[in-house]
Amino acid sequence: MAETAQFEVAPVRVHSGTLLDDWRAIRVVWKRELIRFRRDRLRIVTALAQPVLFLFVLGTGLSALVGNIGPYNYRTFMFPGVVAMTVLFTAIFSAVSIVWDREFGFLREMLVAPARRGAIVLGKALGGATVATLQGMIMLALAGLVQIPYSLTLMIELVVIMALAAFMITAFGLMLASGIQQVQSFQAVIQFFVLPMFFLSGALFPLTHNIPAWLRVLTRVDPLSYAVDPMRRAVLAHLAVPPALVRALNPGMTWGGWRLPTLLELAIVVICGVVATLVAVMRFSRTE
Amino acid sequence: MSELAGLNDDVADTPGAHRAVDVTDLSKRYGDVEAVRGVSFSVGTGETFGFLGPNGAGKTTTINILCTLIRPTSGAARVAGLDVVAQRAEVRRRIGLVFQEPTLDNYLTAEENLRFHAELYGVPKTTTPDRVRQVLELVGLWNRRADQVMGFSGGMKRRLEIARGLLHSPRVLFLDEPTVGLDPQTRVHIWNYIEELRRREAITIFLTTHYMDEAEHCDRIAIIDHGSIVALDTPAALKASVAQDRVEIGTDDPERTVKELRDRFGLDATLSEGAVRVYVPQGDEFVPRLFAELPVAIRSVNVARPTLDDVFMAFTGRTIRDTEASAAEKMGARIWMRARR
Repeated sequence: MAETAQFEVAPVRVHSGTLLDDWRAIRVVWKRELIRFRRDRLRIVTALAQPVLFLFVLGTGLSALVGNIGPYNYRTFMFPGVVAMTVLFTAIFSAVSIVWDREFGFLREMLVAPARRGAIVLGKALGGATVATLQGMIMLALAGLVQIPYSLTLMIELVVIMALAAFMITAFGLMLASGIQQVQSFQAVIQFFVLPMFFLSGALFPLTHNIPAWLRVLTRVDPLSYAVDPMRRAVLAHLAVPPALVRALNPGMTWGGWRLPTLLELAIVVICGVVATLVAVMRFSRTE
Repeated sequence: MSELAGLNDDVADTPGAHRAVDVTDLSKRYGDVEAVRGVSFSVGTGETFGFLGPNGAGKTTTINILCTLIRPTSGAARVAGLDVVAQRAEVRRRIGLVFQEPTLDNYLTAEENLRFHAELYGVPKTTTPDRVRQVLELVGLWNRRADQVMGFSGGMKRRLEIARGLLHSPRVLFLDEPTVGLDPQTRVHIWNYIEELRRREAITIFLTTHYMDEAEHCDRIAIIDHGSIVALDTPAALKASVAQDRVEIGTDDPERTVKELRDRFGLDATLSEGAVRVYVPQGDEFVPRLFAELPVAIRSVNVARPTLDDVFMAFTGRTIRDTEASAAEKMGARIWMRARR
């Protein structure tokens, strides 16, 4: 009898899903991404290796070819793109981890819960975005090595842009992952989606006026371009480079000759992210 | 409509007002395959109810319908008084699930896995710590709470999943093959925990198994074969219904033994795993006659009171292991074909 009292059954709540339930579901899925990120130190280090190689090996090689630009090295101009690259890959890995969740069964634990699918997908998107932003911030710490000043306003600007980009990329990744049943398909996602997105974004080279029309169209379609451009613009604004040279190095994102303002570019990033999230929610809601 | 739903909820919260599970003429069809063919049964509150049958008999399909994971093609099912199709989310709050395959996050600790679950199921914040402790103590994992799940053995993981299934105080706990893939000793342990759980939580348990000995733990058993329930009763009543002793005869020439048993004794013997098996009303009286009249050299004779295995045999004409073996062969062929493609 004493035992029965000790193991009193908690009351079962009868009301249906409330906003509080959704909030708790979003938060716990988000928190799980952070716990896993924190525990996986190796991932943090390996995720840095690739951008560091790009910046200091490829960047140094290209610098030798291009020569110095004023007081700066070509690496300085590559830096925003390499930071964007860090965010891109970390966000995609976080999003596609949902395929691993499926493989190891944990997705089932999430999908059979009474919580709404939308809350789970949103939690995952925000979690991936947070993790990718944190990883980007680690990369950002190297700014001084390529003569970029640690100005507070610049850092805040870059973190905000990274966060928006990270959210959009994670949402895209979730949209893709919703259709992937096997871990093996992940390689295909990288080859056909992530690498083109990266190369077309202007992360490695400025999208100057003399690139061919077909390439220009593709770069305009790539949503990542709309995050890389504001990052480069923010960095260039904090460097002592003559305006003419800035225009040459970063003609920026244009539509038929019209230079898009930063806020519009960021709005495009956010809209793409929201649309991708909605598609991902729809697709995950259809599966059991 | 809302008034009706509200009324329903009130009734559902009064213990004993509803059966824990109520299934009427439930069917599920996948293309041409009828996985479940019009089954009806109900499970009382507090009962431990077992679905027994070979792999592919329709057990998992039925359990998945009851857990709102798949929709039935026709028929109705209510769990805790709620319709599994129309009141999906409400049903989900009131059930605990333990699947055949593990669904834990190996990177999280035992406690983190449980807390994740508590948040997703909306367990009140104030009760979560106590409840986490209760369920972890119940399955003997309280001192491992801070360890990552990846270091756990198969049995520990299963116990943690059972604890998690209980965390939100469900009305009905569904266990789909709770001991599959575990070694015999661990299976016994898992059953000890389930027995303990029944004693402490007064919960309704619905489980599936293809182990005959495990079905003995149930208050009632439904034997399911080819998507239909072929028998439903308490283990004792099912065994009594067979009312025949099983005699297993080891000889040098099993085929001839089967033939002789048919010709001389008029008995319908079967050959299973090299042993000849025959059912007779009085095993002890049959053995002397057997020795006197069977023209085949007898190496061994074993007489046994009916077990659930015999019950399954009596209702389906096969032993569960025969069924498994042919299923495994088919499965092997399928994997082979896939590999070739």
